[in-house]
Amino acid sequence: MSENVAIIGTGHSRFGTRRDVNIAELCWESMKPAFETANLEPKDIEFFVVSNAGMWSSEAAVPALMAEYADLAPKGSMRVEAACASGSAAIRVGYTAIKSGMADIALVIGIEKMQESPNPNVIELIGRFGSYFWEFENFGLTFPAYYALHGTAYMMKYGATEEDFARVAVKNHYYGAKNPYAQFQKEIDIETVMKSPYIAWPFKLFDCSPITDGSACVILASEEKVKELGIDEKIWILGQGVGTGTANLSRREEFTSLASARYAAEQAYKMAGIDMDDPIKYLDGANVHDCFTAPEIIAYEDLRFCKRGEGYKLIREEQTYIGGKIPVNIDGGLKSKGHPIGATGVSQAVEAYKQLLRKAEPGRQADINKGVWLAHNVGGTGHYTYVTIYGLEKEVKG
Amino acid sequence: MDKMKEQVMKNMEELGFPVIVDEKSGAMQWVDMRELRLRYIISIENIKPFYEGLKEGKLMGTKCKKCGRVFFPPQKDCPSCLDSDMDWVELKKEGTLETMTVVFVRPPSFGQYDPYPVAIAKLDDGPRILAWYNGDPQQVKPGQRVKVQVSRRREGYLMYELAPL
Repeated sequence: MSENVAIIGTGHSRFGTRRDVNIAELCWESMKPAFETANLEPKDIEFFVVSNAGMWSSEAAVPALMAEYADLAPKGSMRVEAACASGSAAIRVGYTAIKSGMADIALVIGIEKMQESPNPNVIELIGRFGSYFWEFENFGLTFPAYYALHGTAYMMKYGATEEDFARVAVKNHYYGAKNPYAQFQKEIDIETVMKSPYIAWPFKLFDCSPITDGSACVILASEEKVKELGIDEKIWILGQGVGTGTANLSRREEFTSLASARYAAEQAYKMAGIDMDDPIKYLDGANVHDCFTAPEIIAYEDLRFCKRGEGYKLIREEQTYIGGKIPVNIDGGLKSKGHPIGATGVSQAVEAYKQLLRKAEPGRQADINKGVWLAHNVGGTGHYTYVTIYGLEKEVKG
Repeated sequence: MDKMKEQVMKNMEELGFPVIVDEKSGAMQWVDMRELRLRYIISIENIKPFYEGLKEGKLMGTKCKKCGRVFFPPQKDCPSCLDSDMDWVELKKEGTLETMTVVFVRPPSFGQYDPYPVAIAKLDDGPRILAWYNGDPQQVKPGQRVKVQVSRRREGYLMYELAPL
């Protein structure tokens, strides 16, 4: 049993179109720096978790692939799938393994090589992540379309505009341009977004996160191991909540919020000892699941960074830039950094580590005063939401 | 894709392997020789009345005999009562549109269709329904009243859709 669990090593591959490497090589690209930062070797790992949605890529048994490639055999492993939240789900498996005492050191690797398949096939396969039979089979929903239904509902209810959504893309590209691991390291303006072609109205090309290859890795350790190894640079998992939503959008009460996200946030805040009525007071920044622009705004509200219906004002007033009320997605987010499905949640954990330990690249380092970072990772159409709170200390300061 | 296949064939002859060089990165790629086509076979045995109703232009849901809970899409079992004694009930085919989108970039398996609007409506009976919207999306106003109707798809089968009332 370990009361507390820390991230003691991290690694991150370059995100983008990675035709220069295969799946195992892409995994190793983030595993190697994770071993180095933790000052550990593969033989030290007691249990490892692989987050991978797959389907579009060739190798299905990625844990076995990496047991072979990275000398992790015969250690225990598990492949985890929770659509776009797979990475956070994998962290949860590693975290609970250590909390329960089943392991003292666990490695979590998120990997996706989406570009082993042509784009149209990937678009088709992601669309099937909704309710296959009642939404996809007869109505051909795509992933942008599921979230566009939320974007439209949000605009209709609160009077937000397509320009407000565009502002999210502009911010995330602004920071992505400063992230050497990002798929798109280029700033854009509102006009670029507004002039781009429609993918699923009201979303245009630049409202959407891209199809990405990439991997990210974290090594988790028990409190005892942290002491034993004399680890200085680490962050702690202070709390994690997970919620599940209905398969069909039609079985939900509203489309301006994700119930699974509100549930996960409540759990995480409670566990970490954060006042749900004013979480911003406790946080230095956050990564939220901006698979599209509107969901970032909805995430502000589900996480209670503002009141319901006021999320679009936060971005309009640039309050989620560094220097604002709470910096959000200052690694570029899914939008600009890229969204390799299985790697995304792990990538968010890597970003929490970098931000809290002040290792972020110039121009995108938040002010770290409270020592607490939040990650919000949504799978499917709100099917799964994980909210994870990371901290420099084992407890939040009230 | 056809151009790529040609190149692969050519390289197979010249180099001995199904490989191509990626234009952008210059990286060598092996092009998989194993192609998989997927088509699932899904049981509808327990929701047959839904399709029988649809054929007659009706929208059917299930209703738990014990607690009265209505399910759409229909389901065989009621988790509130742990009971499977269900009535099939016809749902009122009118409601109010709650949100919509227009799918411009379509999955390849929907390639034969033009961009299609998709809407979610709340039926007057309570349940919500997601379906294609057979109407001009630009004319849709908040609170738009809609009806459920049945039409024949290009593939030849019957399916429900929403239309302005």
